Amino acid sequence: MVYGVILFPSIYFALRAEKKSKEKGLSVRLIPVPRHLSPDCGVCLRIPWEEKETIHSLLEKEGVKIEGVHPLKTHEK
Amino acid sequence: MENRNEAGRREYPTPSRKDLKKMIYFDNAATSWPKPPEVKEAMVRFMEEIGANPGRSGHLLSIEAARIIYETRETLSTVFNVKDPSRIVFTQNATESINLALKGLLRPGDHVITSSMEHNSVMRPLRDLEKKGVELSVVPCSPKGKLDSRDIEKKIQSRTRMIVLNHASNVTGTLLPVREAGRMAREHDLLFLVDAAQTAGAFPIDMESDGIDLLAFTGHKSLYGPQGTGGLVIGERIHEKEMIPLKQGGTGSRSEFEEQPDFLPDRFESGTPNAVGIAGLLAGVRFVLKRGVEPIRRHESHLIEKLIEGFKDIPQITLYGTGEMKDRIATLSFNIENLSPSDVAFRLEEASGILCRPGLHCAPSAHRTIGTFPGGTVRFSFSFFNRIEEVEQAIEAIRHLAHQGG
Repeated sequence: MVYGVILFPSIYFALRAEKKSKEKGLSVRLIPVPRHLSPDCGVCLRIPWEEKETIHSLLEKEGVKIEGVHPLKTHEK
Repeated sequence: MENRNEAGRREYPTPSRKDLKKMIYFDNAATSWPKPPEVKEAMVRFMEEIGANPGRSGHLLSIEAARIIYETRETLSTVFNVKDPSRIVFTQNATESINLALKGLLRPGDHVITSSMEHNSVMRPLRDLEKKGVELSVVPCSPKGKLDSRDIEKKIQSRTRMIVLNHASNVTGTLLPVREAGRMAREHDLLFLVDAAQTAGAFPIDMESDGIDLLAFTGHKSLYGPQGTGGLVIGERIHEKEMIPLKQGGTGSRSEFEEQPDFLPDRFESGTPNAVGIAGLLAGVRFVLKRGVEPIRRHESHLIEKLIEGFKDIPQITLYGTGEMKDRIATLSFNIENLSPSDVAFRLEEASGILCRPGLHCAPSAHRTIGTFPGGTVRFSFSFFNRIEEVEQAIEAIRHLAHQGG
């Protein structure tokens, strides 16, 4: 499986994103933000890369502020 | 019963479990007690199994702590009909929420309108702002504590920025015309702040249909959470960037920047929150939703109706506020001829184990309005956990006291 991550400005949005995605049966997981993407100490949402458009539009609809969407290299699971 | 600490000094007597059972707690307007057992259980669970700093660290327990706070925001948003839960910010109590709203938004030169029935949590920050150049109009209410919304309208001028009202008085239980004032605020393009310390959980509140822009609530009264919890709902008409936080600091977000975040809820939530308290609050709010705000209100109204009815044939009693159930909540002020409020409270506790609150209830302006300043009143306030038998016992205790006199 190829993964990507969505970064958020705060934990509130990360948790809302996780909840709204899981409600739709999407296979997502909160993980620590990879260092090279952001120096922040928080979490981001790991998503199946192929679902990035679906999840992105879902989160926009649910009022989730997104900071960035990035593919993950295969060793970064 | 007397307790001594290790040094052998005398401490205040602690009631035994047996004494607690015999007590009748009528001081729910100060803080509700008892709490539903699930509130304590949620707090114990947080301390034993979660305990971490919410959203600061990215590990399992930190995420779990943040999740509890997220769920509390979402659950509260259904109580107040808030579309976007990020617009609920947590504070220590309603007082902090009111301070944040007033000091965050009002600037020298602005004009603000409030009522004469306000608690000091509204009056004191407003009097402070007045010294700093904010103009204040206090609209008088009737001796029953009622406010005619047309009297607010008369005070509106070109520099008016905000209307501030309590939803229900902590002294008389009288409801203020929040919906009418909300409509008026929209018509005149003013902000509307509601102090819902006495109503959140006990009376229906709808940010949309009540036209509320800022809702200050406390967690430890009719939402049945622990003390040290509360919040402010910041409506969509407020631009959060224009609202100045009371404090700045760590939020767990944007840690690489030294400037305060400008987005909700982080902008107003610096520092480690009272996560264990919020875990308890979540259980309290779920309790309220499970029972339903309307059924809770019906139960409490029934109790207050019986109390007022029982007081009617005791001629030595003066009741304050309105007797109309639709215009009040389950908080009642009264006095007994020839007895001071503190005497009444003390003798009720001694003779019958009834705990209530005498005095001015931190609301001197409200007492001036109803004509009980500076002596004050005796206040009974009910919760969902009070029973009709307790009200009947209280009526008999008061009857006895009234006949005894001073």
